[in-house]
Amino acid sequence: MKLNAKIPEGKLEEKWRNYQINSQLINPANKKKLNIIVVGSGLSGAGAAATLAELGYDVQCFCYQDSARRAHSVAAQGGINAAKNYQHDGDSVWRMFYDTLKGGDFRSREANTYRLAELSAPLIDHFTQQGVPFAREYGGVLVNRSFGGVQVQRTFYARGQTGQQLLLAAYSQLYKMIRARKVTMHTRTEMLDLVVVDGKAKGIIARNLVTGAIERYAADAVVLATGGYSRVFRLSTLAIGCNGSAIWKAHKKGAYFAAPSFTQIHPTALPQSSEAQSKLTLMSESLRNDGRIWVPKQKGDQRKANDIPEEERDYYLERRYPSFGNLAPRDIASRAAKERIDAGHGVGRLRNAVYLDFKHAIERLGLETIKDRYGNLFKMHKKITGVDAYQEPMQISPAAHFSMGGLWVDYELMTTIPGLYAVGECNFSDHGANRLGANSLLQASVDGYFILPNTINNYLATEMKNGTVDTDHPAFAEAEEEVINDIDRILAIDGNKTVDHFHRELGKVMWQECAMSRNKAGLEKALTKIKQIRTDFWTEVKVTGSKDELNTELEKALRLADFIELGLLMCTDALQREESCGAHFREEYQTEEGEALRVDEDYSYVSAWEYVGEGGFELHREPLQFEYVQPSVRSYK
Amino acid sequence: MKVTFRIWRQDTPAVAGSFVNYEVDGLNEDMSFLEALDQLNEELVLKGEKVVAFEYDCREGICGQCGVFINGRAHGPHNNITTCQLHMRSFQDGDTIVIEPWRAEAFPIIKDLIVDRSAFDRIVEQGGYISAKTGTAPEANAIPIGKEIADRAMDAAACIGCGACVATCKNASAALFTAAKINHLNALPQGQPEAHRRVKDMTAQMTAEGFGHCTFTGACEVECPEGISITNIAEMKSRAFKAWLLG
Repeated sequence: MKLNAKIPEGKLEEKWRNYQINSQLINPANKKKLNIIVVGSGLSGAGAAATLAELGYDVQCFCYQDSARRAHSVAAQGGINAAKNYQHDGDSVWRMFYDTLKGGDFRSREANTYRLAELSAPLIDHFTQQGVPFAREYGGVLVNRSFGGVQVQRTFYARGQTGQQLLLAAYSQLYKMIRARKVTMHTRTEMLDLVVVDGKAKGIIARNLVTGAIERYAADAVVLATGGYSRVFRLSTLAIGCNGSAIWKAHKKGAYFAAPSFTQIHPTALPQSSEAQSKLTLMSESLRNDGRIWVPKQKGDQRKANDIPEEERDYYLERRYPSFGNLAPRDIASRAAKERIDAGHGVGRLRNAVYLDFKHAIERLGLETIKDRYGNLFKMHKKITGVDAYQEPMQISPAAHFSMGGLWVDYELMTTIPGLYAVGECNFSDHGANRLGANSLLQASVDGYFILPNTINNYLATEMKNGTVDTDHPAFAEAEEEVINDIDRILAIDGNKTVDHFHRELGKVMWQECAMSRNKAGLEKALTKIKQIRTDFWTEVKVTGSKDELNTELEKALRLADFIELGLLMCTDALQREESCGAHFREEYQTEEGEALRVDEDYSYVSAWEYVGEGGFELHREPLQFEYVQPSVRSYK
Repeated sequence: MKVTFRIWRQDTPAVAGSFVNYEVDGLNEDMSFLEALDQLNEELVLKGEKVVAFEYDCREGICGQCGVFINGRAHGPHNNITTCQLHMRSFQDGDTIVIEPWRAEAFPIIKDLIVDRSAFDRIVEQGGYISAKTGTAPEANAIPIGKEIADRAMDAAACIGCGACVATCKNASAALFTAAKINHLNALPQGQPEAHRRVKDMTAQMTAEGFGHCTFTGACEVECPEGISITNIAEMKSRAFKAWLLG
């Protein structure tokens, strides 16, 4: 199949308007006859569900948690970017577009990235109206701060809980529409397969996580808003329940998977302290506004941080990237940390961390200002580590964080399956090979609130003429049977190892070979190992309890089975892309100074993988055309 | 480190539950409390037993999904944290740790340590929002909001909806949760048009769900992971009175 990104005609700044002028509309009387399924209730899912319902569609929204308010958008701390230029510091839609494109190392579409920047300003208006308590100046206007990879202040925030506040706004709008009887909410319900009829998405099969019942849901279109899949590494900054199953099932039903291996490793998480650890807690990137990152110059220095004199500290980001310093983009900051740790300068009990120090900021700005800006982050740090970061530096370490990859979508956010849309982190679109800080909440929101509600009509206007499909259609029975077979198969294995055992094994391989630094031999080895893990999982896993009850082990097993296959695709993708770009760092392709070396002649395309059965994947290429920006060597020096 | 977990096990709401003791060895102090339960569950699987059902998601103290009673206190022995932020270093080797689900009529049990907190969602459904459609917003700086007001709204908005306030209250009152949402929105100019309606509808729903009355013991603010003050409840009461007078 030839990939058609459906980029509208016209100049860059006119494309979105042109699209809207030319797209088909549906009259309100007809909208209420159309049913849309939204899987996921995070910022993009809840935003989409609420807005679609406001437009008049009937919406069914699903989440695996006990409430829509738990979705992992809640954990984003630092902020949301918007080209408001409130700080009068030279910001503009164009500059934001350029920063994002460059931040992504020129591996995303110009048109999508421009639209992201263009819709950022109205989004801040939107959230302010919805009651988000953004930080304010005494005079009552909104405050901004800086984030990595940019030289202007365009990040809006609500203390260290920006994601929570935006999600709660989306969640409350969702409940407003539930009260209006336009949205039916299915909590504790997990999508286990997509139903495709005549090549079009027409529904889902889901499991009621309380009763275990397998349920069929039909719709005129299906929207996936299921977030990122970095739990494939097991240890990550994601929630424990985050998974890739919905998009993986869609992939197996025909949706292409784009740039699967582009994974952001965040530089400022708390370091791993033991084998039993289940998650890595993120410390917001906003801390890098005022905190300075350093390691001891002396290898294996055993002294306490405060005992190491200034001249024996290596502020390596400021040294290597003088113009961006501690605000270098995440991929670069993570790799630089890894380089220092690997060279023997790591700190902490396991020597796997670097310092993030506020001493100078406190001297310069005073304790009260730092408390006001980061108080709750310091408090959280104290709760988890027992360390008072006002007195001694934090210890931080890189951790798997964000999936730039995801289902391939066109300009309308439609996947290669007609009627199936992907919004937010589960699609690949706007971030290229590396996402800039505070662009994640932005993309999730813009996709859900502004873009999808203006593109889905273009499909439904035609599709509605074909009539609706109900759950008696044989495609539902077929998909349901597959789901039940998988569940029965897992329960029947009755082996001698736990689900977590296999997840730890998978995580180790993925972290070793497919994270911050990759090479051909390692990736080939990883593919062999993951295939072995897959075989072992399907012969040795043990899941207790039955399928007809609330069974958390069964839920974990089903998610892991998909993660294992997804891991294979990620390694396949990383192996195929023989260049370094953004977060994808192939050791064979680097400059003398150890920076990523792109190979534009051969790899200036989006990799879109088709599932061809039995773990095989076929590559399709969507060439990236740069009409307005000339891809340059990405430098933050 | 070795401890005995004494855990409430109850297969379904329809059957009677009971406490069961489990000894777990080989723990370390840096493990989080939930990771210790993970280890117990892995051991149970290998013994062929059903795992203990308990809730969690983000494991960084913000999603609000985790929450159990530990040795008679919501979220364990410390003030103002979530269960996932509790670490084994807070216990001694050899301790017996009693773990129970949240207990409140409005939070019916689902299984073991999992309860149904959807009553909170239904309270929010009755007005915990600003009725403005996507696409209708004025420019963000058009309505200035002083820092003090924005900060106050943020203090209240920080609620994570974990339910510890209800669980720890002798009356199982949801006043702190409801007040936090009302005060967040009613403090802001955007929330004014619906201010009275919001107070009336949300507090009515709170009562309809079977939550008890607030008698200002202050137990809730001690356990609230976000440290939301009970002065919020007083503020809600005054807003409710104003709504009754004027609304």
